[in-house]
Amino acid sequence: MTRVLQTLMDGVAVGSTYALIALGYTMVYGILRFINFAHSDIFMLGAWFSFSLAGVFGWTLAGATPPPWAAVVVLLGAMSGTAVLGYAIERVAYRPLRSAPRINVLIAAIGVSLLIENIGQLPIAFGTQPQRMPSLLPDAVLFEVSGVSIRLVDTLVIGIALGLMAALEWLIYGTRLGLAMRAVSTDAQTAALMGVPVDRVVSATFAVGSALAAAAGFLYASKYPGINQPAHATWILLGLKAFVAAVVGGIGNVRGAMAGGLLIGMVEIFGAAYLSPHLRDVYVFALLILVLLVRPAGLLGRATVEKV
Amino acid sequence: MSALLQVQGLAVRYGAVAALHGIDFDVHEGEILTLLGSNGAGKSTTLRAISGMIRPSSGTIRFDGRDITGLPAHEIVGLGIAHAPEGRGIFGPLTVDENLRLGAFARKDPAGVASDRERVFALFPRLAERIHQVSGTLSGGEQQMLAIGRAMLARPRLLLLDEPSLGLAPQVVATIFRILREIHAGGTTILLVEQNASMALATAQRGAVLEVGRIVLQGAASDLAASDDVRRAYLGVH
Ligand SMILES: Nc1ncnc2c1ncn2[C@@H]1O[C@H](COP(=O)(O)OP(=O)(O)OP(=O)(O)O)[C@@H](O)[C@H]1O
Ligand SMILES: [Mg+2]
Repeated sequence: MTRVLQTLMDGVAVGSTYALIALGYTMVYGILRFINFAHSDIFMLGAWFSFSLAGVFGWTLAGATPPPWAAVVVLLGAMSGTAVLGYAIERVAYRPLRSAPRINVLIAAIGVSLLIENIGQLPIAFGTQPQRMPSLLPDAVLFEVSGVSIRLVDTLVIGIALGLMAALEWLIYGTRLGLAMRAVSTDAQTAALMGVPVDRVVSATFAVGSALAAAAGFLYASKYPGINQPAHATWILLGLKAFVAAVVGGIGNVRGAMAGGLLIGMVEIFGAAYLSPHLRDVYVFALLILVLLVRPAGLLGRATVEKV
Repeated sequence: MSALLQVQGLAVRYGAVAALHGIDFDVHEGEILTLLGSNGAGKSTTLRAISGMIRPSSGTIRFDGRDITGLPAHEIVGLGIAHAPEGRGIFGPLTVDENLRLGAFARKDPAGVASDRERVFALFPRLAERIHQVSGTLSGGEQQMLAIGRAMLARPRLLLLDEPSLGLAPQVVATIFRILREIHAGGTTILLVEQNASMALATAQRGAVLEVGRIVLQGAASDLAASDDVRRAYLGVH
C-alpha cells in the first residue's frame, strides 16, 4: 500500500512532465500537420536554460542558498528563452517550407534537432559534462502516510504542471487567440478568410508549445537533478516518450496529450516499480503498439465530422 | 452607379494550368452581380483571387478605388469583402457560436458586432436555436445559413457567395435566395456565383458568363435570361 502511494506520486509527477512536452508536439501537429522532431531538444534546452540561469545568479555553487523566488525567476526565464527560440526556429526553418511537401519540413526538423544537440555540447554552450540542478523548489516532507513521505517538491512539480495545463486549457478554449488556433487547425485557408492572421497564430503556437516544454525541463530537473550528457541518451529519449504520449492520446488533440502523458508516466513508473526497472522504456513503447492496434487514432483522437 | 469592385485583366494559374485568362468586370455599388458558367469555368477561382486566397499571375483588383491585388486574405476581409467559400468552409469541430465569432474576428467594434449578430439571428432563426451545437452536425441547409450568417458578421460592403444553393432541397434554396434579397435590400453588394442560373438571374440585376477562363457574355440579368445562348447552356431550354 505504502509503495503504491509513492509510485503513484512519482507516476503523476513524471507523467505530468510528459504531458507538458506532449502538448507542444500535439499543438504543432494540430496546426501544421507535421511532427516537430526538434521539440525534444526544446525540452532539453528548458532544463539547460534553467541550469544556466541558476548559474548566472550563483545558485549552482556549492553551499549557495537560493531565495524562495529563485524557482519563479528560473522557470519564467527558461520558458521565455525557449519561447523565443521556438518562435525563431519556426520563422527560419519551417515557414519558408510552408508550401513544400511535408517530408521536407520533417527533414528540416531533424536537422534543427541535430543542430541544437550538437551546438549544446560545444564548450561555449553547455559542454559535455553532467551537471547537477540546484534544488530551487523548496523541499520538505509534507506528511507521512504509513512510512511513505509525501514530499513538497513532488507536490510542487505536479501542481505547477497541472496549473500550466489549466492555463493552456483556458488559452485554447477561453481566449480569442485560442479560437484562432482552433480555426487554423481545422482549416487554415478559411481561417484567413475570417481575418485570422495565420502566420502569427502559428508563431504563437510554437512559442507556447516551447515554453511548456521548457517548464517540463525545469520540473523534471527539479525532481531528478542529475542533468546528464550526452543529450540524446537521456533527454531526447524522454522527449520521445512524450511524443508517444501525444500519439497515444490522439495526436492533434490537446486533452489527449494531457491524458496520454499521465498514462505513459504511470505505466512507466508502475512497470519499473512492480515488474522490472530495466524495462521501463519497453512498457511505454509496448503501450504505444497496443493503442495503435486497438485505436489507431489514439485514445481521444477521432475522425473529423464533415458534411458535403 | 459607381464600381465598388473593378477587376481588370485578371489572370490566375494553378501551376502550369491557366484557370483565368485575363478577365474584366465591375461590380457596382448596391447591386447583385451573378457569375455563371459550367464546371471548371473559373468562377470559384475568380472569387478566391478577389478575397486573397490565391495570388493572381497578372491583372489588378480594385476595391472602392484601392488596389487590393495580392493583399493577404486576412487583411482583405478587414477592408469589407467577405467570402463564403465553395463547400461552405464551416469549422466542423467548432460550435455555431464559435463560427460566428470567427466571422467577426477582424472587427474591433463589439457593439456593432452584437447588433449584427441580432440581425443574423433575425435572418436565420435556426442559427440562434443551435448556437451551442457543434457545427459539423448541422444539416447542409443549416451549414449554408451559418456560412452566409458568418460572412455577414464581417459587416461586408461586398459579399462573395460561391454556390449557396449547392446540394440543397428546392424549398431551402428558395429560403436562401429570399434571404439574399433581404441582405441586398439592407445595402450589401453581392457577387453571386451560381449553377442555378434561373434563380440567380431572377435575383441579380446583372450577370456575366464565364467559359473556360474567359468572360463571354455580360449584361443585364433580364437580357441574359432572354438570350438564346444562355437559355440553351444554363437554363436547360432547347
Ligand atoms: N487547386 C487547384 N489546382 C489545380 N487546378 C485547379 C485548382 N483549383 C481549380 N483548378 C482548375 O482551375 C479551373 C477553374 O476551377 P474553378 O474551381 O474556378 O471552377 P468553377 O467555375 O468554380 O467550377 P465549379 O462550378 O465546378 O465549382 C478548373 O479547370 C480546375 O480544374
Ligand atoms: Mg466552383
